[in-house]
Amino acid sequence: MSCCGTTPSLDEMDEVSRLVSGKLAAFLRTLRDNGFAVGLAEGQDAASLMASGYAARPGLLRSAFKHLFSARKSEWEKFDGLFDAFWLGKRIRSRSTAMGSSKSANNPSLKSMQDGAPPGGTQSATDQVPSSDDAPPSRGGEGRMEGASRAENLAEVDFRKLADPEQVAQAHEAAASLAKIMRTRLTRRDLARRRGYRLDLRRTIHRNISHGGVPISLVKRRRKDKPLRLIVLLDASGSMSMYTSVFLRFIHGVLDEFREAEAFLFHTRLAHVSGAMKEKDAGRALDRLSLLAQGAGGGTRIGESLQTFNRWHAARVIHSRSVVMIVSDGYETGDAALLGREMAALSKRCRRIVWLNPMMAWEGYAPEAKGIKAALPHIDLYAPANTLKSLSALEPYLARL
Amino acid sequence: MKDRDEIAHALAASGYIADSELATAVSLMQRLRRPLLLEGEAGVGKTEVAKALASVHATELIRLQCYEGLDQSSSLYEWNYQRQLLAIQAHRGEAGSIEDQIFSEKYLLERPLLAAIRREKPPVLLIDEIDRADDEFEAFLLELLSDFQVSIPELGTIKAVSIPHVVLTSNGTRELSDALRRRCLYHYVDYPDVEREARIIMTRIDGASASLSLQIARMVEGIRKEELRKVPGVAETLDWAAALVGLDVRDLHDAPETMHETLMCLLKTQEDKVRVSREVSQRILGKVA
Repeated sequence: MSCCGTTPSLDEMDEVSRLVSGKLAAFLRTLRDNGFAVGLAEGQDAASLMASGYAARPGLLRSAFKHLFSARKSEWEKFDGLFDAFWLGKRIRSRSTAMGSSKSANNPSLKSMQDGAPPGGTQSATDQVPSSDDAPPSRGGEGRMEGASRAENLAEVDFRKLADPEQVAQAHEAAASLAKIMRTRLTRRDLARRRGYRLDLRRTIHRNISHGGVPISLVKRRRKDKPLRLIVLLDASGSMSMYTSVFLRFIHGVLDEFREAEAFLFHTRLAHVSGAMKEKDAGRALDRLSLLAQGAGGGTRIGESLQTFNRWHAARVIHSRSVVMIVSDGYETGDAALLGREMAALSKRCRRIVWLNPMMAWEGYAPEAKGIKAALPHIDLYAPANTLKSLSALEPYLARL
Repeated sequence: MKDRDEIAHALAASGYIADSELATAVSLMQRLRRPLLLEGEAGVGKTEVAKALASVHATELIRLQCYEGLDQSSSLYEWNYQRQLLAIQAHRGEAGSIEDQIFSEKYLLERPLLAAIRREKPPVLLIDEIDRADDEFEAFLLELLSDFQVSIPELGTIKAVSIPHVVLTSNGTRELSDALRRRCLYHYVDYPDVEREARIIMTRIDGASASLSLQIARMVEGIRKEELRKVPGVAETLDWAAALVGLDVRDLHDAPETMHETLMCLLKTQEDKVRVSREVSQRILGKVA
């Protein structure tokens, strides 16, 4: 591009600077389109850099802009390509902007993914599923659903039995409100349980200096509780497709800004989806996730996915008060021994591992699959999660942590 | 740009071998007066950048090590309560208020952040492992880094005498807020390439010859390619080089046994040790010319 490298005479200066600033603005827009958070201050700094002679040396300008505009490693790595494509006119491989962008209106949503699936029969060839999967849903008794009265009759229906879209929508709504109740209650219990105030001597003395140092009003401090952090690893493979959408809705409800949470999707590989989960609007969040869940159906490599997680994400996302929640049917198409090893490594790191297996409630189900057998010794809670009722049963367990 | 090369040379003279990108970052840091955020694996020399920077500017390095629960009283300022109480006791019964006295400079304890903005000569302020501090502290820091002024209720607002060179480091144990990231220049510190690592070894370890340094750097590069739980950083490389030099090794090929035994300087977990067995280390050594 001609704007770098020209040395204009003084009277051309105005015209050139106008052109340059226009070009720069377009570049900033390109960056924003690619998920960079670029503000006005950065733009001004960039303009002042170009004005001060950096523009004459593209290599240097690139390096300077790279430091200025990128804010994380992923941006750092893709910046050079973007810069070259824009300023130097080099072609780059088309880059998917899936993680950062929210323009996914024309993607099939998870809901449609679910609706399209014939009930009980979408398992891909590699997923082994027991044949006795048509246990009738027991409909006895009232659902113990708080705040979800409209969905009471849905409480004990297995998610995969939800056929018509209206019911599905209802289940989604119930899952969301259930999640909300759980969240507030977990927080409240946390507060009520806090005991053990300690005296803050420094502040006590500070405040009582006006009394000549006689400690009359005491200042106490409490230990700042680390909030429980949930790390959700959701199996999005073909064999789970009937459950994924309701779980996603539920998880989206539990994990809003108040609680620390990280979410990952896996099928044959692992994808970090916390960004999408933090989307306020559930529909948009699900749309973004559906994009990431594509490619589902080619079997499940739980072991490999966990290995990726342990290697690249665990140190960052797991702290001392972390619960890892794995939602999967445990049908490992990869190496079951690897799954066992990685589960062992994971259990050393985190406080609890909860494994939710929707198929556990199926009649005649026994944890026979090699994958789940290898994983079981390292799991703290192994529970079904195929109905709204069983989801709500999780709450007391989580509250105790 | 001349200043970039100058900075690279100055950094090298103070014992830090910088690549050209880092030198650019440092020159931008001065030009734009923005803090520099360094991210990277543990042991790639993030903290060293700040130390080298301080010696380049021949100025003081003020370091704030972040940890969970770090608050204003241990990062910004604190009143010296003991002295205040003593003063109150000593002046008991005297006429006039001693309030003005006890809330004066004399009773103020400077913590790193306050110290950094009150120096005549701009110091290098190193905020180490910012990812370990809480979100609240991060927000507070953001405010300080944009205004460079602090308000102490009893004393009033203290404006910065000079704007410090701020370097933040992060290991990525927590996601930093976008606001903080945007405020800073960003540089990702990667493991150095073979040549740079060899130069680092030569600069830092007395008695390491050029050929040995290159061998060590190649060897470490090979080991980093193994699937390790804890990938050795530059600090570990330097330890290993020091060990080898200390044991009078002049050529790795002459002393494969010593080489393997001293690998403990690089491999810090049992698993990694098992993985890099004698055979593996010999295989990697075989590729090192």
